Amino acid sequence: MSDPIIAFDKVKKAYGHFTVINELNFEVQRGEKVTIIGPSGSGKSTVLRILMTLEGINGGVVYVGGEPLWHERLNGSMVPASERHLRKMRTQLGMVFQQFNLFPHMSVLRNLTEAPRVVLGLSKEKARQRAEELLELVGLVDQAHKFPGQLSGGQQQRVGIARALAMRPKIMLFDEPTSALDPELVGEVLNVIRKLAAEHDLTMVMVTHEMRFAREISDRVCFFDKGRIHEQGTPEQLFSQPKEQRTREFLKAVLNG
Amino acid sequence: MLYGFTWDTGHGELAFAISILPILLMGLITTLEAAFLGFFVACVLGMGFAVLRGARSRLVAWPTAVVIEFIRDTPLIAQLFFLYYVLPDYGILFPAFLTGTLALGIQYSAYMSEVYRAGIQAVDRGQREAAKSLDLPPARTFTHVILPQAIPRVIPALGNYLVSIMKDVPVLSVVTVIEMLNAAKIIGDQTFDYLVPLSMVGGIYLILTIVASALVRLVDVKLPKRGISLR
Repeated sequence: MSDPIIAFDKVKKAYGHFTVINELNFEVQRGEKVTIIGPSGSGKSTVLRILMTLEGINGGVVYVGGEPLWHERLNGSMVPASERHLRKMRTQLGMVFQQFNLFPHMSVLRNLTEAPRVVLGLSKEKARQRAEELLELVGLVDQAHKFPGQLSGGQQQRVGIARALAMRPKIMLFDEPTSALDPELVGEVLNVIRKLAAEHDLTMVMVTHEMRFAREISDRVCFFDKGRIHEQGTPEQLFSQPKEQRTREFLKAVLNG
Repeated sequence: MLYGFTWDTGHGELAFAISILPILLMGLITTLEAAFLGFFVACVLGMGFAVLRGARSRLVAWPTAVVIEFIRDTPLIAQLFFLYYVLPDYGILFPAFLTGTLALGIQYSAYMSEVYRAGIQAVDRGQREAAKSLDLPPARTFTHVILPQAIPRVIPALGNYLVSIMKDVPVLSVVTVIEMLNAAKIIGDQTFDYLVPLSMVGGIYLILTIVASALVRLVDVKLPKRGISLR
């Protein structure tokens, strides 16, 4: 296993005195589907937010595609990244949010075409065609002209996934994509993610509380606690034979809860 | 005589009132012109202030905050005198009406910038994050994601300022603008009957503000139909 697409090298992140990420080393291979589980406040969402450049870091280096994300190489030394560098790096990543964060004043179609047109410079027809393909993928072709507020939570999140995919990212980040949904709507969103997981090229990092789903689609599951990876392994290893006491406690709590 | 109309003082109160109504309505036109022009200036300038005030660079944000605070904390009439009497010393000479509307606009832009800012801050943080995750440029995010959601929220507050500006227009009379109240006062000065013209001004103002408030409410009800929740 070499040439990881994502690598965290002793990354630190703190809010004041509160350390969220503590000397984290974490690698994801190209095309790998990794799920992060763990108690709330363990820093699992922060990992995604750092990757999406929504949160800066206080130490260490994050690499995406072999290039430092929050740093730039300048005359042989590492300096904090410029906005230009961040913008360039960001195009490799797409993110799906817990609260969907769709643009409520834009139609579903416009949600999907806005960034491809503005950022990638696609023509109106091209962007529209791409959007329709993606709506097909998430099963919402007939909802293209509705506004997000007219859709159910599950439909909104499927639009959220399609919107992120419209930028053709190499890495998709899912931040608790089903946590804000009514239980009966979780399935339709997971089905879409399951379809994506079948694609070999796409790298996926997901934070979730859906343990069964994590077990089903992940190549690797990481158990986060106190800003570090406490234990990781294949779903089989981690869910069936967790080695660490803390992992066993957590799994027992969530699986019986 | 004012605006080419003469008043009838010989046939009782009602005839007097009817005879001066056209004069007051001419004054009302000036009042409305000043109010809407001032409101327009305030809308544009206020947005400018709001953007600068929210700038990431402190070198921009702080001086803007000082300017806004200064404008808010000094009386309108002082600003008006300053524009009217001081600027000509530096070769800037505007007609009284223009100076007056400018003063109104500047004063209210300071208030309105705070309204805009509150509206902008009320837009969910997730919207900016989503825009960022899609790599939308900051300017595009502001104009196409944040503002379309912020503006409908602040429409009622902005509308209230429009009503408020209308009621501040009489201040312009101190720099010789003949708006409705000043017209009434001139009529009073010349006929020694202040009661009728001033009462009429009060009545017209009442109608005006009621209508304006109703319009603001109407706009508020009609506008956010495009799926923007106003939590």
